[in-house]
Amino acid sequence: MPDQSKAVRFEEIALPHLGAAYNLARWLLHNEHDAEDVVQEAYLRALKSFSGYYGGDSRSWLMTIVRNTCYTWLQKNRALRLSDPIEDKLDGVGLDFADPEMILLQSADSQMVRQALQELPVEFREVMVLREMEDLSYKEIADIVDVPIGTVMSRLARGRKRLQALLAKHMGKEAGIELPRNA
Amino acid sequence: MSCHETHELIHGYVDGELDLVRSMEIEEHLRDCHACTQSYKGIRSLRSVISDGALRFDPPANFERRLRSTLRRESEPQRRSIILRWRWVLVGTSLIAAVIVIWVVAGIFGRPSTGDLVAEEIVSSHVRSLMADHLTDVPSSDRHTVKPWFDGKLDFSPPVKDLSQQGFNLNGGRLDYIGNRRVAALVYQRGKHSINVFVWPSSGAAPINEKASVHQGYNLIRWTNAGMTYWVVSDLNLAELQQFAQLLQESQALS
Repeated sequence: MPDQSKAVRFEEIALPHLGAAYNLARWLLHNEHDAEDVVQEAYLRALKSFSGYYGGDSRSWLMTIVRNTCYTWLQKNRALRLSDPIEDKLDGVGLDFADPEMILLQSADSQMVRQALQELPVEFREVMVLREMEDLSYKEIADIVDVPIGTVMSRLARGRKRLQALLAKHMGKEAGIELPRNA
Repeated sequence: MSCHETHELIHGYVDGELDLVRSMEIEEHLRDCHACTQSYKGIRSLRSVISDGALRFDPPANFERRLRSTLRRESEPQRRSIILRWRWVLVGTSLIAAVIVIWVVAGIFGRPSTGDLVAEEIVSSHVRSLMADHLTDVPSSDRHTVKPWFDGKLDFSPPVKDLSQQGFNLNGGRLDYIGNRRVAALVYQRGKHSINVFVWPSSGAAPINEKASVHQGYNLIRWTNAGMTYWVVSDLNLAELQQFAQLLQESQALS
């Protein structure tokens, strides 16, 4: 493959996923400029390793590189600390959603949800972003994050529970209600 | 399906990741279980809140353009390497072309040139004239005998000079055949050395200065003057032959 057509082919394959790539980077890094830098770096990395890409799911391929570049950046610049030992278990997760106040979420404005999502530990945040915003399947998320599919589901479950709790807290504050428990 | 099992699988159900059998079991459970149904609705509403497009960050307007140019720049070294590769291809082709040119040119120059071919013919003719005892067709020391003899035998009239006073006796004339044409051969004698002078009209009008060469041990001098090409061949030493050639040219200039 001539280098010229390789570069063109790379653009054709990688640039359509720029929106997803930027959104993930932006959610993981919190900052517009950092997101741009990291996405650019990820694309350059992808370009370099493009000869190793033999078709397949181009989005998963690219998003894996973007996600890993984000983590590298976080480790270097933010002393990335996985928030807490992730309990990838589902016990008791589902029931919380039955709490009456959770139904109030529908009235939460996007700014509030955005803030709550930002507060989520990065491991939950990434699966939430990939699932809810990019509409990726468990399998695709598992490939990108490099965990088993079961872990994707449990992280989604825990992330949703935490997010709901955070939202409830924010809404409670706004409404002047002190909620008795935390996430 | 129990509430516990439902809790474990409810997210997979909401996300549409369960197989049909499991999905149907959960739906069956949800019909009967209010708590699990509330949980299910909670997850659904949370999903709808997050997947609201408002939460999505779109890349800045010119980001794609900037990224594209960065990628292009990054491909630059590769592009340069293509140019480099092409440059080598070019160098290679040039070399091959040069070799071919040299080969052809060397072939042309390596081959006997027209002059060399004529020189060979002249030497052969000279040698033949001596061996076959056919030095002259018109044996005469009188140029007024020799010159008219050529009339009607040639389409030109060769200048015939008397150089006996300078020690070069005219022996006569002969018709010969050089370079696919009839030419005049004038025979002079210097001591025991015979000198053949071949004369024919030159193709170019421009005079060409004397050129001496040696072929098979014979000295040759040629020149072109007044529309005639002269070849002088003899086993006479070069100095004397050059003197003879000089005399021939001078007398031509005088006549």
